[in-house]
Amino acid sequence: MAMRLRVFKNIIKQGFQGMWRNRGMGLASISSISAVLMILGVVLILILTINNVVLETKTKFDEIQIYLEDDLTSVDLDNIEDKIKDLEGVLSVVFLSKDQGLEIMKEGWEEESYLLEGLEENPLQNSYIIQLRDIKYAEDIVPKLKVIKGVDDVKYYQDIIDKLLVIANYIRFAGIGVIGALVLISIFIISNTIKITVTSRKREINIMKYVGATNGYIRGPFIIEGILFGLIGSILSIAVINYGYEYFFKSVNDKLYLLLTVYLVSPSLLIKDITIIFVAIGVGIGALGSIVSLKRFLNV
Amino acid sequence: MIRFQKVDKEYDNNVKALLNIDLSIHKGEFVFLVGSSGAGKSTLIKLLLKEEEPTRGQIVLNNMDITKVKSRRIPYIRRNIGVVFQDFRLLPNRTVYENVAFAMEIVGAHPKEIRRKVPMVLSMVDLSRKASNFPDQLSGGEQQRVSIARAIVNSPPVLIADEPTGNLDPETAWDIMRVLSEINGRGTTILMATHAKDIVNIMKKRVVEIHEGRLIRDEQKGGYGNEIASI
Repeated sequence: MAMRLRVFKNIIKQGFQGMWRNRGMGLASISSISAVLMILGVVLILILTINNVVLETKTKFDEIQIYLEDDLTSVDLDNIEDKIKDLEGVLSVVFLSKDQGLEIMKEGWEEESYLLEGLEENPLQNSYIIQLRDIKYAEDIVPKLKVIKGVDDVKYYQDIIDKLLVIANYIRFAGIGVIGALVLISIFIISNTIKITVTSRKREINIMKYVGATNGYIRGPFIIEGILFGLIGSILSIAVINYGYEYFFKSVNDKLYLLLTVYLVSPSLLIKDITIIFVAIGVGIGALGSIVSLKRFLNV
Repeated sequence: MIRFQKVDKEYDNNVKALLNIDLSIHKGEFVFLVGSSGAGKSTLIKLLLKEEEPTRGQIVLNNMDITKVKSRRIPYIRRNIGVVFQDFRLLPNRTVYENVAFAMEIVGAHPKEIRRKVPMVLSMVDLSRKASNFPDQLSGGEQQRVSIARAIVNSPPVLIADEPTGNLDPETAWDIMRVLSEINGRGTTILMATHAKDIVNIMKKRVVEIHEGRLIRDEQKGGYGNEIASI
């Protein structure tokens, strides 16, 4: 057992030595890994932001507004409200009279609200605003609402949300595709880098084999070298993405809200996930690259 | 210690490198393996080192059947055999001491044991003063002695030397032979492939001659052999 431990220690030591000895070559590996991870970071943030937009839009749109016919008595109204409340998926029902509607409109129009002053008669309709527990109930509820007596029209935003979801999905798939391609490319780069170092140390490997070194003993240092390259590359890219995004967030977030009424994902929420994902991918790429390049070499 | 039984080796391109080899080497023997280039000496050594698999027959090393073994086991078989090559095969970026210690590190020896054993072996091959030199600072004979030190530091029962004096002048070659004799005197079985006629003739050890893949002579206290067979 102690013997195995010593062998293991040796392997790790040699891995560090190897990394230092091949630092020139390692620079290529490290920069390719961190480039891939940085692009990954940008894509990831893009996807998360779009997710955010979709989610927020969803909560804004998961209400249904029904417009009522004009000449309804308060008994009729109570009737309608009861019927709505009985439907499955309804969270709350709020009555919005046409006078209230006009007030809201006036507030919204601000300086131009004087235009509304000239109206002889309120053109709006009384309405109910129905909050749903989830947007998925909309499809069932809408037809049922339409047939309630006294309901004139039903408005909801399923179409917009559907389109948004489709776009978000496309972007997600495209992002995953881009990331996948980049990961493959960087595995290729790493495996080539390690292959060069392995070739230049072919003699050493050959000697090790004659002295009775196991494949694991020969392979180990190279894999550790690859993992170290991956680790350094991921730390670099974590730093760049983190600081870069924080800067971007500070300078853009408020403007973006004015423009699209959407906030970016907060950097403090992102950093932990990014760190875990980047280190895992970086180390994975490093180890896989070494294993791929060593496979052919050890069959002597 | 080493036993070949009806061993054939055919390479993929149908070249018959060894035919019906029967050979037994006992513990503590010193055996010269002679024959012209391409006779099959290297193939025989490669079979022992498990670089090649025999086509037919059986090979036993150290009471262990090594005819067919999983590639995972090969490193452990090689730890029973010290190897010395004509071209020394030292690691150029490591000192003499490190080159020898390297063989012990691989098998997971205790650092204390390494610190004890490496100087001992280096003094045995008379290189204590050069311990911190790099291989390219040494003469050919010195380099070969380093490689011998590396081969025996783990105390393998068998030492294989593939033309160990091939790159050395005659005088240096005799230094190497003295070292090998001393190692043999301590009980290590030695199998040495060589073209060095003088050495074989003077040492008067067992001589095994291979010609065109066949074992044609196995003689105690033999000489290099007649000129015709060895050309």
